[in-house]
Amino acid sequence: MGDLAIRVERMSKLYRLGQKTANSDTLAGTLFSLAAAPVRNLRALRSLTRFDPARESESVVWALKDVTFDVKKGEVLGIIGPNGAGKSTVLKVLSRITQPTQGRAVVYGRVGSLLEVGTGFHPELTGRENIYMNGTILGMSKREIDGKFDQIVDFSGVERFLDTPVKRYSSGMQVRLAFAVAAHLDPEILIIDEVLAVGDVEFQQKCLKRMEEVSKGEGTTVLFVSHNLGAIRNLCTRTIVLMKGQIVCDDTPERAIKLIMGGRSSGSNNNTKGEGWQLRGGDGRVRIVAARVLDKYNVERESLVSGEDAIFEFQYVNSGVDVFDFSMIIFDSTGVAATSFSTLFNGSKIEASKKGVVRCVVPRLPLNIGTYNVGVMVFDRSTIYDHIPQNALSFNIPISVFYPTGQTPSFGKGLTLTDCIWDADSLS
Amino acid sequence: MRQTQVIIEPRRGLKWVDWKELAEYRDLFFFMVWRNIRTRYAQSALGIGWALIQPLFSMIVFTVIFGRLAKVDSNGVPYAIFSYTALVPWTYFANALTESTSSLVANANMLKKIYFPRVLLPLASLVARAVDFAIALIFLVVLMLWYRLYPTWNVLVIPLLVLILVLAASGLGLALTAMAIQYRDVAYAMNFVVQLLMYAAPVVYPTTLIPEPYRIWYALNPMVGVIEGFRSALLGTIPMPWHWIALGGLSSVAMVACGLLYFRSRERFFADVA
Repeated sequence: MGDLAIRVERMSKLYRLGQKTANSDTLAGTLFSLAAAPVRNLRALRSLTRFDPARESESVVWALKDVTFDVKKGEVLGIIGPNGAGKSTVLKVLSRITQPTQGRAVVYGRVGSLLEVGTGFHPELTGRENIYMNGTILGMSKREIDGKFDQIVDFSGVERFLDTPVKRYSSGMQVRLAFAVAAHLDPEILIIDEVLAVGDVEFQQKCLKRMEEVSKGEGTTVLFVSHNLGAIRNLCTRTIVLMKGQIVCDDTPERAIKLIMGGRSSGSNNNTKGEGWQLRGGDGRVRIVAARVLDKYNVERESLVSGEDAIFEFQYVNSGVDVFDFSMIIFDSTGVAATSFSTLFNGSKIEASKKGVVRCVVPRLPLNIGTYNVGVMVFDRSTIYDHIPQNALSFNIPISVFYPTGQTPSFGKGLTLTDCIWDADSLS
Repeated sequence: MRQTQVIIEPRRGLKWVDWKELAEYRDLFFFMVWRNIRTRYAQSALGIGWALIQPLFSMIVFTVIFGRLAKVDSNGVPYAIFSYTALVPWTYFANALTESTSSLVANANMLKKIYFPRVLLPLASLVARAVDFAIALIFLVVLMLWYRLYPTWNVLVIPLLVLILVLAASGLGLALTAMAIQYRDVAYAMNFVVQLLMYAAPVVYPTTLIPEPYRIWYALNPMVGVIEGFRSALLGTIPMPWHWIALGGLSSVAMVACGLLYFRSRERFFADVA
């Protein structure tokens, strides 16, 4: 274990989801459900700490599932992944805030965790008192804080207000003071969650610089969760990608970021079904069972390049339909329809088979940079077979090569891109 | 720096207190107590004076209603000082209990963001209330001088009585705060339950009003021994009630043991349910 800082073995954490209660629509039913409410509430509250994963897969979720990794001394490990992937849960378990449901972890060395700056700050206490309060919560002793007090005050730049209650501070001053305390924590293992998301750009730079000092200069082991991929690339020596509570990649920051940016990993194919699938309509004679988007090399992607060919692909099963029309609408992130495609426009109905695939190839994808989702409809004249109004699949467009310059209309100046030819003449 | 190794894994069952860890966090405990004291009466004109007002006004009301109108027996001393002597430990008990019960909920944000020994929060509330207790006690001395009542050698028992008082309050407080973080009902119930509990202790009446055969059961309430002990030591109402104090002492020790064990067994859920 000599050079090991953290060892995590098959760690899992179960959380309970909020449960819906059925609403009654009769007076008697409402009265009854009101009377039964205390019993129901008690049961719901008790269930917060009692789990039976075998029986109730509906109302619980594995925030982490069999996560295993090691961190060596001096390593700076980044953890990235989409929202709800379990990044913060890893940090919470490793900083002993919450217990794992299964598995174990061993931490060698003094841990300092910064899941939030300014924990324990009290608005009525003065800046000086809050430095001590917050410092001891972070695990420093009073003597340690005494020794670093002047440095902390210097870093924060609030020395004039040291004996003023913190509630009279501006929010920026509060954050600076809080971070100043945190920055002077010197543990062997530092656990950081998105703390850099606060403050102005200049202050963020200062914080990043301090983190670099800590990790490179002082040899501290750092675990770092962030959505700031630039910071991950600059600071980390290794990066883990979490998705749905599982590690899907444990590699260099470059490769991990590429994975996040460049499409979905093989391990997460089941998230093709967005929330729009619950709102589906139609009589069900045709059912779309999978939807994905491919780039010009026929590789499945979450991100597309505008100006390159894109393929939208839908798998369906069919019971008793000979022929149908297929439409798709592309919505931007605000729900505005950017454009539509339909077999109706092209006048080419689709010959249905029992199981099949419909592909819509869009040459030189003419969409502006942004996030989009797709609604689809399978129909014939006035009969709708299947209808997923929104979010049948989603994708984003981070860059464009539609125009040779790579430029696109700025936000709010258009969703689609169209070729055009400029010409100028002089008039005599 | 010392080499530490922490094993993180699911733990079930009973756990006792990790005294070594508590000792490492003594500075945090000190600042938690300090924060409680500093912020309790922040931005109030009377400030710490409020520590006196609560028992003082209770005394006046009780003296008028129970002393003058209902003519409740006061073991031969003026009713005002009879009730105030009980109100000093009782007010501490009531406030310490209410405050330690709400301590986890009030600091839920801290629970979710950082690790520290969770018992520090309710214990800090208990210790911080000692300031109010001391102030109320000083005023008791003033009242004794006013009524020309002089203590006996039995005052030496008072530290023991205070210990029983603190043990009882912390035992209940630990158990209730661990419950309150999951079931907020506890916090709502606390306000009036504490008021009602006062009538289960000899605050407005003397224990001698309780029929003899029931007194032994009555004294299982630690506050009985504490309050009657205070009166005996300071006012000389009755001989020092050692048997009540012993009974109350035993039950307060049991309360602390149960409270701590319950708290420690629920601790692992705090961050998840807060």
